[in-house]
Amino acid sequence: MSRYKFNTQYKAVVIGGSAGSFQGITRILQALPSDFDLPIIMALHRLKHVRNGFEEALSIKSVKPVTEPFDKEQIKRGKVYLAPANYHMSVELGNTFALSTEEMVNNSRPSIDITLETAAYVYSTKLVGILLSGANKDGAWGMKKIKDRGGLTIVQEPSECMIDTMPTSALKITPIDHILKIDQIIEFLNELHKHTKQ
Amino acid sequence: MQDIEISDLRRITELIKETYNYDFTNYAMSSFKRRILRILELYKFGSVDLLIKRLKEDRAFFEEFLAELTVNVTEMFRDPSFWRELRDQIIPNILLNHNTISIWHAGCSSGEEVFSMAILLKEMGILDRSKIIATDIDKVILQRARSGVYALKNMELNEKNYIRYQGTSSLSNYFKEENGKAVMDKSLVEHVSFREHDLVQGMVFNKFDLILCRNVMIYFNQTLQNTVLKKLHESLFKYGYLIIGSKESLIWCEISNKFIVVNNEEKIYKKIKD
Repeated sequence: MSRYKFNTQYKAVVIGGSAGSFQGITRILQALPSDFDLPIIMALHRLKHVRNGFEEALSIKSVKPVTEPFDKEQIKRGKVYLAPANYHMSVELGNTFALSTEEMVNNSRPSIDITLETAAYVYSTKLVGILLSGANKDGAWGMKKIKDRGGLTIVQEPSECMIDTMPTSALKITPIDHILKIDQIIEFLNELHKHTKQ
Repeated sequence: MQDIEISDLRRITELIKETYNYDFTNYAMSSFKRRILRILELYKFGSVDLLIKRLKEDRAFFEEFLAELTVNVTEMFRDPSFWRELRDQIIPNILLNHNTISIWHAGCSSGEEVFSMAILLKEMGILDRSKIIATDIDKVILQRARSGVYALKNMELNEKNYIRYQGTSSLSNYFKEENGKAVMDKSLVEHVSFREHDLVQGMVFNKFDLILCRNVMIYFNQTLQNTVLKKLHESLFKYGYLIIGSKESLIWCEISNKFIVVNNEEKIYKKIKD
């Protein structure tokens, strides 16, 4: 029996992160089972005006290539997606991405809240949300939305974060299911993988 | 923040269509919903019903509503590498075959892109041989584009973009500071025609060598993207260029085979078939 609350067949994993999350993300992507079947949708704060390089940097050690989707691109199983620079990335009904250049949210574009909230709306209970290290509160509201709609929520253990503002902001506004270190998040994703395969 | 249902959004689009003859039915759902939520908050409407009531009764409010509904976040020289490509490859190519160049900014918003274009053309010495038409659905924002007055704090980013674009001057040579605002040099756009035009319901009105429609169609669903792309195609001369936003794609549009990709990184397409 898993110690995690898997009460459904999940459809996607969303990950939010900012300052101090790059190393954690890299470790997670490096340790993914090669046949991990759920789409992983990442909204990470990044330099607004550097269009290239981040996707490549994350892909180097990742088990799967990381891609920045185009507007209206279909979300496919087994793929790893990254919100492109200077665009918000929403999950749209019909399982596609929708990009936008709207105002910054929480001083950020891409905004983690936007990706998390729209994913929560589309996937409701069938979504896992993971929020990592970061220096502002972007993502907290999105985690609340995931929780409100019955999804599974995880934040990185604040003591392990380089800057813990992001996970602690989420913990303040919503009950989070699991508070985990990166190693445990990796373990969790492996368990989730087994659960998905069943 | 409250949440709203798809049925609420439908009621709003139906009312707008009936009363004002704008069609938002096929706008992308996620961003359209956020725009409506933003307006509900901005004007402190307690419910969608109150917004609908106001829209029904107050024609002047509709103009404000339209201005808030459309996304007007833009920069000068956004994606500097694109502007370099335009200057070094695309425009010289157009000028190989004719003396003048006609350009349409479809969805010009507050005009930053129009000023960028005018600066580019001026530095190439061909501004007086260019015919530019800039259109937007929103009257209020067109007025701002025409006036060329921008928040001073935005100029820092614009200047950075201009430096990365590697212009031959300095952006500060193209504007003056007045009352804490950046006032653009009006001579740059004296021959630009700013017009109200709705890409969704508007007619094809001219033919162009070059159309810029960057980060506009992302607010439409795929059905509407197809419709609008057909109009853009029709508005181009054969071998004319269409430029869309860096993360937009024509791949899944019905008439994508009537274009070839000239530069995939900068999303520059060329019309090869009528």
